[in-house]
Amino acid sequence: MRFGMDMLPFMLLRATGSQAPGLLPRLGRPALIQVRRTDGACEYGSALDLRQRNPHTPGAPLPQQKSTPGNRSMNRKALCLFVAAALALSGCKADNPTSTVETGGSKKGDFGPPQGEPVKAILTSPPLVPPATGRTAPAKVIVELDVIEKEMEISEGVTYTFWTFGGTVPGSFIRVRQGDTVEFHLRNMPDSKMPHNIDLHGVTGPGGGAASSFTAPGHASQFSFKALNAGLYVYHCATAPVGMHIANGMYGLILVEPPEGLPKVDREYYVMQGDFYTTGKYHDKGHQPFDMEKAIEEHPTYVLFNGREGSLTNDKALQAKTGENIRLYVGNGGPNLVSSFHVIGEIFDKVWYEGGTRFQENVQTTLIPAGGAAMMEFHMEVPGSYVLVDHSIFRAFNKGALAILKADGPENKAIYSGKEVDEVYLGDKAPSEPTGAVAAAVATAAATGHATKDERIAAGKTLFAGTCSTCHGTDGKGMSGVFPPLAASDFLAKNPKKLPEIITHGLQGKVTVNGKDYNSVMPPMAQLTDDEVANIGTYVLNSWGNPGGEITRDDAKKARAAKPADAAAAH
Amino acid sequence: MAALSLLLLPVLAIAASTGGWVRLPGGNFRSALKYEDRNLVRVTPFQLMETAVTNVDFLAFVKRHPDWRRGKAPAVFAEARYLQHWAGPTTLGPKALPNQPVVNVSWFAADAYCKAQGARLPTWNEWEYAAAADETRTDARKDPVWRERILGWYARPSKAALPRVGLQAANAYGVRDLHGLVWEWTGDAGSLLVDVDNRKQGDVDKAKFCGAGALSMGDRDNYAVLMRVAMLSSLEAGDVTANLGFRCAI
Repeated sequence: MRFGMDMLPFMLLRATGSQAPGLLPRLGRPALIQVRRTDGACEYGSALDLRQRNPHTPGAPLPQQKSTPGNRSMNRKALCLFVAAALALSGCKADNPTSTVETGGSKKGDFGPPQGEPVKAILTSPPLVPPATGRTAPAKVIVELDVIEKEMEISEGVTYTFWTFGGTVPGSFIRVRQGDTVEFHLRNMPDSKMPHNIDLHGVTGPGGGAASSFTAPGHASQFSFKALNAGLYVYHCATAPVGMHIANGMYGLILVEPPEGLPKVDREYYVMQGDFYTTGKYHDKGHQPFDMEKAIEEHPTYVLFNGREGSLTNDKALQAKTGENIRLYVGNGGPNLVSSFHVIGEIFDKVWYEGGTRFQENVQTTLIPAGGAAMMEFHMEVPGSYVLVDHSIFRAFNKGALAILKADGPENKAIYSGKEVDEVYLGDKAPSEPTGAVAAAVATAAATGHATKDERIAAGKTLFAGTCSTCHGTDGKGMSGVFPPLAASDFLAKNPKKLPEIITHGLQGKVTVNGKDYNSVMPPMAQLTDDEVANIGTYVLNSWGNPGGEITRDDAKKARAAKPADAAAAH
Repeated sequence: MAALSLLLLPVLAIAASTGGWVRLPGGNFRSALKYEDRNLVRVTPFQLMETAVTNVDFLAFVKRHPDWRRGKAPAVFAEARYLQHWAGPTTLGPKALPNQPVVNVSWFAADAYCKAQGARLPTWNEWEYAAAADETRTDARKDPVWRERILGWYARPSKAALPRVGLQAANAYGVRDLHGLVWEWTGDAGSLLVDVDNRKQGDVDKAKFCGAGALSMGDRDNYAVLMRVAMLSSLEAGDVTANLGFRCAI
């Protein structure tokens, strides 16, 4: 045990996130840190804690232990892994004020009495989010929320009696700023059957406002609280029986912005998960009453985003464009289930886990407890449909926990190609051996120095699908204005012998193909063998209305030896 | 002849259902509310109206007692929406059919009505005792199916017009509509001070309940009762709601 008796309470063995010894994880980024305590027990903490507790490194670079295979294996068992989110070693407060030192919590959340005229809060129905408050001083914010009991569809042809805050499930989104004084008016509609109240997790005080807001049908209650802690908080009804009120849809989110606001994004959406218990089975039609037994046993009939199966699919899908930053405010009303929230095809660039102050980066799935929330941000690169799911996956496909985020924009095949190859896979052949058409062409070429034109075309088709179709498309049509077409190409008809040169050396600069200008860069495909170049070239010349002809191994060899093609020379 | 009329009597009583009285034997009863000082409550024999008081019953009352007409009753005894669904102070109109249970009545008005009949509002324990019965058993509360039936009514919104009184089958004691029609005032509703934030379980604010002994729920599975108590405890005695009526006891 090399470090066993070290005086340090902790021994930092390795900080990944940078490979070079002595380099630190980039400032303001989370680091994966393996920590071991001398007594062998696991300890969890933040990197900041570590820095403070380690007498050798106050604010200085974290010490690094060179890891050798020997000590790595020896100590692996004793290592405890933890992720220090939003590690900030020094000086990055300006870069990322929400992820550095302690905010001070409620003790530092009181910015004094409200200033100026009272402001009426803008409330939005899901999936919309009110605009940022934009305030720099504490205000008095008036929130008026109606409790409405109403029958709505929970799924196609299935109705359910929801109890709602603001007429929707989840309830209206409330947005205030830390230090604001919120004057809350809860109004229970006269035709309600039940008394209701509200417990806001963003309230500091017993019951979160529940006792102060207990409201009979046809009555209104008022109470005030100061929002001392920034964060994303669930609110819900807390009237007996609490579980039934929540199961009927009585929950929503209140965002308490930090004083400096949240980083700007292009779009914000509000999604909340809930589990529902009906006497009938999943998709049993007609009106379905609440089933208390199923609720107690925690066997939901539906697990849903925004209170209805299909609330965020098809024409109601969340919309985005490529190149945009998206922020989701995701809550989980429960009453029972914990959500494994995931967006299929995206990685959250940042997750403010648990709706708190710090963020974790590069997260696939984040856990959202019942009565909890999280904010997540991601940048849209590739267009298409992204599926929001509870990755406790039977809930997604058998109980309804599924929503769509649709991103529009140009394809980005360099990041994601779509399907490039769909071919027969013969599992019993050694994977290194070329198969099918390519193998045949290779065999003939090896034996005779030539391959037949038909063999070249067949082999070229397979190779084209693997290498070229990413940009030029499997149908050779390319993408208008971005990737020139190879199909019925007047450019190729004029310069058939340029083909092997372009493949081996690439092409840049302006070209005009079929009357359209293209000005971009095709990288050289020098990794292809002369036979492969010949195969692809022959395939292209004999496909999609091109004039035909053949590219030989010699053509390819000469083209490779020639000076790089440029677009001007081709004209 | 006498035997025949005896046989016919109950039938007639049911036919003229409104306003009839049912005698309940009483006894030791386990309330869903937990009392600090005892497990069982003693319910002495009493009589309870077979059905809730109807609009036509209440119209007769306000005609005889002009002080309780809408607009005349003091605001502290009956809020602004007192009898608001009636066409006029002494006219029922289309939204208040004669045989529907009267709603939008305050505790004070209900209390005055019962006193005018020489009766009183039932206590919570009396009401709970009578309402524990289903059609065949005097205490069906442990039956999950029975509970589900009660909750089924709670789960329906109350936007539709109220049914007439007396349409549901009588329970084992002969009382009707204790569930599934309207909420009902009890005489001691004002002292049903169950902590409004019931999640605190045993840790209720004892100071609130001083002499009466702290109430908490003894049977937490009995959501049906829990919701009744929550409803009553959310109201002040001058409040009215569109689905709260009453019946009297002697």
